[in-house]
Amino acid sequence: MAQVELQNISFIYGAGEPYEIRALDNISLTIGGSTVTGIMGHTGSGKSTLVQLLNGLLKPTEGKVILDGKDIWEDPKKIRDVRFKVGLVMQYPEYQLFDETVRDDIAFGPRNMGMSPDEVNARVLEAAQFAGLKEALLDKSPFDLSGGQKRRAALAGVIAMRPELLVLDEPAAGLDPGGREEILNSIREYQKISGTSVIIVSHSMEDMALYCDRVIVMEAGRVFMDGTCAEVFSRYDELISVGLDVPQITYVASELKKYGLDIGRDVYTVKYATAKILEKVRGDNA
Amino acid sequence: MNLDISFGQYCEGKSVLHRMDPRAKIIASVLYIIVVFLAKNLWSFGLLLLSAAVLILASGISPKIILKGMKALTFIIIFTSVINIFWMKGETLLFSLGFVSVYLEGILNAIMIALRIIVLLIGTSVFMTYTTTPIALTDGLEQLLAPLKKLHLPVHEFSMMMTIALRFIPTLIEETQKIMNAQKARGADFASGSLMKRAKTLIPILVPLFISAFRRAEELATAMECRCYTGGDGRTRMNVLHASPKDVVLCILLVLLGMVVIFTNGLGGYSLSW
Amino acid sequence: MSTLQKTPIIEIRDLSYAYPTDDGSASSNALDHVSLSIEEGSFVSILGHNGSGKSTLAKMMSLILIPDSGSVMIDGKNMSADDVTEEDILEARRKVGMVFQNPDNQIVATVVEEDVAFGPENLGLPSEEIRRRVDEALSLVGMSKYARHAPHKLSGGQKQRIAIAGIIAMRRRCIIFDESTAMLDPAGRKEVMDTIERLNKEEKITVLHITHYMNEAVRGDRVIVMDGGRILMDGTPKEVFSHPQRLWNARLDVPQTTELLYHLKKSGYDVRLDIFDPGECAAEIAKALGKQ
Repeated sequence: MAQVELQNISFIYGAGEPYEIRALDNISLTIGGSTVTGIMGHTGSGKSTLVQLLNGLLKPTEGKVILDGKDIWEDPKKIRDVRFKVGLVMQYPEYQLFDETVRDDIAFGPRNMGMSPDEVNARVLEAAQFAGLKEALLDKSPFDLSGGQKRRAALAGVIAMRPELLVLDEPAAGLDPGGREEILNSIREYQKISGTSVIIVSHSMEDMALYCDRVIVMEAGRVFMDGTCAEVFSRYDELISVGLDVPQITYVASELKKYGLDIGRDVYTVKYATAKILEKVRGDNA
Repeated sequence: MNLDISFGQYCEGKSVLHRMDPRAKIIASVLYIIVVFLAKNLWSFGLLLLSAAVLILASGISPKIILKGMKALTFIIIFTSVINIFWMKGETLLFSLGFVSVYLEGILNAIMIALRIIVLLIGTSVFMTYTTTPIALTDGLEQLLAPLKKLHLPVHEFSMMMTIALRFIPTLIEETQKIMNAQKARGADFASGSLMKRAKTLIPILVPLFISAFRRAEELATAMECRCYTGGDGRTRMNVLHASPKDVVLCILLVLLGMVVIFTNGLGGYSLSW
Repeated sequence: MSTLQKTPIIEIRDLSYAYPTDDGSASSNALDHVSLSIEEGSFVSILGHNGSGKSTLAKMMSLILIPDSGSVMIDGKNMSADDVTEEDILEARRKVGMVFQNPDNQIVATVVEEDVAFGPENLGLPSEEIRRRVDEALSLVGMSKYARHAPHKLSGGQKQRIAIAGIIAMRRRCIIFDESTAMLDPAGRKEVMDTIERLNKEEKITVLHITHYMNEAVRGDRVIVMDGGRILMDGTPKEVFSHPQRLWNARLDVPQTTELLYHLKKSGYDVRLDIFDPGECAAEIAKALGKQ
């Protein structure tokens, strides 16, 4: 199981200049394992910087990024290998599509890895299937796809590298509720089948609540909270205090307490809330 | 990608020069260029250096910023001067090394050429780019060239294009960075390989960049249309340029400077050959 | 609806449209015989999944697209008639403005106030008048202190507020927001929604907000749900969100409060579904469960 360990990481934009910005401030974390980890925080909290450190797009100002027991910056010339192991799907990834066919575009990563045409082909088919792209679409131009299909093609382009760790920055941004659900379900499904560690960066508490096992909350360049969904959302008052939203259902649960109906602090999905309420009422009546 | 474009970038300020009409500053720049090319001997160049110093003072911009900005151009200045030293034939031979002969005239010429480039850069950048926002420059240029509209030259359209280009440069630089990162994340390698190979690695950047630029252009055009844009006719401006007496004075001063330079040219000494 | 017979600011009659295809084959209708009218001063949200026709509808109302059949009336004037001139279209655009999805692609100038001035400049107004309107518009959207800033350094929410100011400065009576919040983060969305709401309540500007966020749609006074190029539902937020199943079928969401109440109702408890506030929702549940 792939794990990335961040040791005392700090990152400063424009270090040494008068306008330097400390985006990350002495962070130590271990991410990975067979889970879906959510990273959240508002714009400027450092979460995007964190993500780009994981695959070596950025080099930490201080501290070490350890992957498979090795410092990824030990040999800067080999940083490309790190990017094959830690696959990053950037925000609005459909804008990076460039090749003549969807097939070629998905093959870009595997070809860069130096695979044989047969291997590349196998990877493309596998990735397309995971991303929920029909084979008939593979020979189309990526620019003829619908918005949602383009997003899937871009996702497949990263999955095709079979990364040990898959990092997605706002994978559902701009999609409608149906589209959000579909893409997040495919990611969840992919995680289960392949065993890859998945990291999702998102603003959406509702999505986090539904799809993540572990949630890391960033605030002002530091880790503000780190735990299971239940642990994190039960501290909703603290989340609100740093300007983050919590799922509406969490508010409802907290309001219910005023009526003597205590269903606990760790309510973050409607399904769970419904079950808890019914259990409580039936228990009382029994 | 770190594009060092600090030279000539607008510096916020409230100096006399900052507050002047951009049209006056454009005219002043043109006059200044003429004056610089009029200068022929060291007296005149001394005078020009003095005028450049006065300009920097009047702009309120720290000489350090200007010097730092010039650094990027050091090579051009040295290169042109050195060429002059070796290529000029004169009367006073200083020394010869093989087929290379260096004459006193060559050295004087080199010094003056270097001075010419330096004052030219200081003058135009202080008048225009350092103290005038790009948008004010575009406005000034549009209004100066307005008479050409009668000849059916698309003056307004040209200045609109300039404005939009200026507006989108930072956006596109940011976008290029994003696309590069996205392709790097898929193992793209921009740094190694032969020239051909490197040119090929640009495709995954250029294709998305162009597509996005076209999409942006289309959306922007629609947005402009929805804001009732129909071209330059019947359009008014929020900021109307007003020439004040100080703008006229500036131009007169430059004409005077030109006359003085013609006078000092006559004071003798070695005269610049071109 | 009001008893006063006022001319609707926008009225659409039996509108159909299909996007042209590359090979000339017939594509399915993006809009299929749609009729609706937007009353002056109202705050209407148009909901629908991607491809439901909601953005096409917006482009019709802002006269970017021309209908295949049917008509668009702006302030009582038929804009789809054959004798419509450029002048008429300009006139209509002075009444109805549009804010687009991508905040970057609608800002023209390199200085915030210059951008806000762009529209009024196109109208040929005197410069003092433009100055006045620009200052006023910037203060209405709470961006006065950024007047001299460069737009590309602002956040998404701030950029959208600049775009809104640019429209207010043209004194438009109706603004169409075409998924203007879709690319923003939660903070930016809130900024923009608060601004929209204030313009509607205080400045009486008609708002047409196209979105797929439920919590934004509940803030208006009318919700139109589009699906397959047709109007699926049309009513107050309370009316529309009382039918979660129909919204789910149209690939949309309902607020979590409604979803919870819906599940409780299915379990046999007598609860209302049209509640969007967590406090009220809790009260309703307590009442139904006999826990006062």
